[in-house]
Amino acid sequence: MGIYLSFNKFTTVENAQWIGFKNYWLAFSNTDFLRALGFTALFTLVSVITVNIFAFLLALALTSAVRGKNVFRTIFFMPNLIGGIVLGYIWNLIINGVLNQFGVDISYDAKYGFWGLIVLTNWQLIGYMMVIYIAGLQNIPRDLHEAAQIDGATRFQALRHVTIPMLMPSITICTFLTLTNSFKLFDQNLALTAGAPARKTSMLALDIYNTFYGRAGWQGVGQAKAVIFFLIVALIAFAQLKFTSSKEVES
Amino acid sequence: MTKKRNNIILFCFLILLAALFLFPIFIVVINSFKTKFSIMGSPFTMPDSNTFAGLDNYITGIQSSGILGAFLRSLFITVLSVLVIALFCSMTAWYLVRVKNFLTGAIYKTFLFSMIVPFQMVMYTMTYVVTKIKFNNPVGIIFVYLGFGAGLSVFMLSGFVKSIPKELEEAAQIDGCNPVQIFFLVVMPILKPTAITVTILNAMWIWNDYLLPYLILGTGNKTLPVAIQIAMQGAYGAVNWGGFMAMLVLAILPIIIFYLFSQKYIIEGVIAGAVKG
Repeated sequence: MGIYLSFNKFTTVENAQWIGFKNYWLAFSNTDFLRALGFTALFTLVSVITVNIFAFLLALALTSAVRGKNVFRTIFFMPNLIGGIVLGYIWNLIINGVLNQFGVDISYDAKYGFWGLIVLTNWQLIGYMMVIYIAGLQNIPRDLHEAAQIDGATRFQALRHVTIPMLMPSITICTFLTLTNSFKLFDQNLALTAGAPARKTSMLALDIYNTFYGRAGWQGVGQAKAVIFFLIVALIAFAQLKFTSSKEVES
Repeated sequence: MTKKRNNIILFCFLILLAALFLFPIFIVVINSFKTKFSIMGSPFTMPDSNTFAGLDNYITGIQSSGILGAFLRSLFITVLSVLVIALFCSMTAWYLVRVKNFLTGAIYKTFLFSMIVPFQMVMYTMTYVVTKIKFNNPVGIIFVYLGFGAGLSVFMLSGFVKSIPKELEEAAQIDGCNPVQIFFLVVMPILKPTAITVTILNAMWIWNDYLLPYLILGTGNKTLPVAIQIAMQGAYGAVNWGGFMAMLVLAILPIIIFYLFSQKYIIEGVIAGAVKG
């Protein structure tokens, strides 16, 4: 039904009129949409890299012989349970508080919104990914590390040639989890910047929502954008499926 | 010796990092005790005798926004939804694994497919249909959540059902159990750990969901995330920041308490969910 409607012009579902590919053409000639696509892609790329690196380092730290591991794990995981809307407003307060020292606020420049979203996503997702990495690290048999030590490997070599290859399944899972989570981000985006300034920081999900509910007569275009969004998400999902199953064959 | 020193450095570093992680929550808490004009602009100062507002913010926050009703509504929807999902998806998963034919295969594939469809894809049409069939109330939304949660839940549960030996069920059948008894007396107890995982994953998502209840229930029957969003957007320019901070604290507090008591299950649930998903 969603796909069918993307070829129609409508305001409510009942008065749909077949107009062919016009909605897709409108979607792709819509600068808001293209900008949202670019913004989302860039945001996803940066957050996937930062979240996974930080989460991995934290997991390494928390599996070493340091005190109070459980307390730290509890604290680092906590932000994950707070909902996107609440998270967005918490960071809105903090980021505006910092920027206020310089006499501006988050809607002053799209750059602030972008890095604000990155910080927020990191804060939220690091704990979750860290927990998965810790589980992965604990599954690596001890003798492998001992063998590496006997062979005279330095700590860095052991990390590079023993830990990371053994951790590949966790790395794959975490990469795809952050990928889809960042790509579909909506609540945080709405609460933190709501696209300000001038929709420069709205991501795909928010742009689709705005097209549906903010512009009369553009519902068909919104549906077309949603179909494109769906195709990208499906592509990511299939890539993940392929990637994980090919890894399973090797091991 | 160096190893011990390294550990101390690491420990101090982690303390610092933990403080950084708690800092945003801490900021919200201290601001909820400040008067409303002293929040925006200087959120990092501690409340002093001029700016300390006591519990005023909590009183106005609770009175003005209907947050208690929203809290109870969120609780009602979340608890019932996760129970309904766990029960029906267990049944579905069991049936789909044990009865093998073309139709069950197709149904299973449909569940898998529904996992990758993003919400925006069906947002508009779904809202239309749900409103049309009068499911746009706190009871009806439970069935909408059943629909959205079913994909992942059926997938995870049927993965587990496959590992249950069929002999157990056959033995129960010989002892005179009918299928309903087999499900509740034999299958369900074995499925329990996975059902708990599914319940936790769904609860985390449904409790914090904003867009679906906003579109379906609207502002009349607002849930907690919707109430917060409305409190912020409803009065542009004249947001009562004090009351708003108090609302944020009230929204965060129950989750954190719940988390501290059940973190073992939550973290296990996350790991189990990640490995299967």
